[in-house]
Amino acid sequence: MSATETSAPVSPREAAPPRPMWQVIVIRPETMTLLLLVVALFAASLLSPYFLDVTYILKSFTLSAEFAIVALVLTMVIISGEIDLSPAANMALSACLFAFAQQQGLPMPLAIGVGLVSGLVMGAINGFMVIRLEIPSIIVTIGTLTLYRGIAQVLAGDKSIRVPDWFIGINNVLILGVPVPVIVFIVLSILLGLVLGTTIYGRQLYQIGTNEVAARYAGIRTKRIKFVLFLLMGLFSSVAGLMTASRLGSVRYDLGLGGELQMVLMAMLGGTYIFGGRGSILGTFLAAWLLVIVSTGMTVANVLPAVQLVVLGILLIVAIIATNLIYSRTQR
Amino acid sequence: MLKRTFLAGLAFGLTLVTGAYAADPLKIVYIGKNTGNPYFDSITGGFEDACKSLGCEFEFVAPATAEATSQIPFIEAQIQRGVNVIAIAPNSPDALNQVLDSAKAKGILVLTVNGDLTGNESHRDATILPTDFSKVGADQVEMVGSLIGYEGEIAILSATTEAPDQNKWIVGMNETLANDAKYAKMKLVATVYGDDQPEKSTTEMEALLSNFPNLKGVIAPTTVGIAAAAQVVQSRGIASTVHVTGLGLPSEMRDFVKDGTVTAFQLWSPYNEGWLAAHFAVGVLGGTIKNEVGATFDVPNLGTKTIDPNNSINTQAGLTTFDAKNIDDFSF
Repeated sequence: MSATETSAPVSPREAAPPRPMWQVIVIRPETMTLLLLVVALFAASLLSPYFLDVTYILKSFTLSAEFAIVALVLTMVIISGEIDLSPAANMALSACLFAFAQQQGLPMPLAIGVGLVSGLVMGAINGFMVIRLEIPSIIVTIGTLTLYRGIAQVLAGDKSIRVPDWFIGINNVLILGVPVPVIVFIVLSILLGLVLGTTIYGRQLYQIGTNEVAARYAGIRTKRIKFVLFLLMGLFSSVAGLMTASRLGSVRYDLGLGGELQMVLMAMLGGTYIFGGRGSILGTFLAAWLLVIVSTGMTVANVLPAVQLVVLGILLIVAIIATNLIYSRTQR
Repeated sequence: MLKRTFLAGLAFGLTLVTGAYAADPLKIVYIGKNTGNPYFDSITGGFEDACKSLGCEFEFVAPATAEATSQIPFIEAQIQRGVNVIAIAPNSPDALNQVLDSAKAKGILVLTVNGDLTGNESHRDATILPTDFSKVGADQVEMVGSLIGYEGEIAILSATTEAPDQNKWIVGMNETLANDAKYAKMKLVATVYGDDQPEKSTTEMEALLSNFPNLKGVIAPTTVGIAAAAQVVQSRGIASTVHVTGLGLPSEMRDFVKDGTVTAFQLWSPYNEGWLAAHFAVGVLGGTIKNEVGATFDVPNLGTKTIDPNNSINTQAGLTTFDAKNIDDFSF
């Protein structure tokens, strides 16, 4: 320990002893999420004999998979010190544009293209206002949350737009017994987890979230990286919107209403720090399963919705307190 | 500190553990639009009493909010629980199509009770309606017309923008107002939505009063809406100028009728709907009732019922009007 101090003649200050390796590995917010997940699995199995059935759990996950997919990208946005509250509205508008386009007779591949491009454009609008106009992202995206859903309602009115029969039911397509939306979620988790954990871009993201000014002086292209993040948000929101359209078989302006809170909830439960700089894809991955297991377990046991809300609230508070404790302990 | 957090997590997990359920007799579940809606207590009462005499097992569940997709996890959960009959008051005419299809594929009898999948009737086996819904709009216009002397401005305070029944009735009201010369001097100035929440309904009612000072009558074709509207009129003491009517529960409206706030309103018997639905379900699954258009069957206390086109069954022929003279005869 003292050997490391030899080349620091200016500062006589004692370095704190490094934390033991086991602590570094074990005391992390993700550990708590994993532990809660295990507890939730046990509790849910005890609560109802109908719960512990992999097919059922996977099927229930498809109901939240769209939000979970966007939550993965949102985790990176939050780590970089920004927030995006518009993805659920983006889902609704891009799905409405897609459904509207194919209803007007556009061929399906083009209509899907319309949906995806509109998602990108919405992401770009957010990115432009946050990065060029330098408006806080929370304000920008609260604005566009309302705007995007408003446009969706103008476009679709109060009616639902049908999608073609062959497009319906992506959640019923199984690969090796796993529904496609779950596979998309898992694959994206691995990809983004690798980007965040092993690449230079990942390190730069944490750096931006920890101290943006320092990151900029260190030569990191903070603006470009953040803009790409908002574009990714837009793109994956529209993918999620199309997946929801496929699952429901019809599109309405209120598709995914309130989803942004679930996405933020997943990121928070997974230990992502709301002020940026900390968090992981693994945490959000575990938290998405935790949320699904907890709510599915209670629903299949016919637990009253009011009680379900209380349990979810307690869960979030426990997670946030624990995350804060862990970060304040490890911040030296 | 950390240990304590884990313990807290464990403790809350354990409190989730209540009891398991035994299974054997015919299992019927009724999925309401949302919790905290006293209207469903009456329907549930009918189901419960019928199941007591028929020997089936009954449960009521409902999501916390009446959004279009909020019932989907509940339907999935009931499929997983292996119920024999899913009766549901649908929150959306088409968002539930896919999940109801998968219930039917499992051999579950799917009934819509007190609301139908208008335009998507093939996704359920039969519907139990309170009364002939195509006449409700006209009946309600006549009701408000008789209260205001067939002259002046009226408004509609409805449930959610997507509530299928209310929307059907509102269409009927508009058609009646446009086509029947008797109502030529009545003008519909606004249709607003209280989302079946007391606070929102109250706010919408107050907004109506300030936006339309010449308002003579309000039709609230939902039990939550009419109670909220009556409350506003009562607290402002304007019962002589603004006439509130609509569809309400006698138990909730009794005080308003007795003190003169509301002269008359209408409804049917939700209790009988549950009673009829349970008898129908048990009969169909037991082989004594054929679920075919034109078939008839007997229900104790209700007489002979006919299965109308679209496999729809009306619990009673027309709306019942409640006023100061008869309100004490009804307990639901």
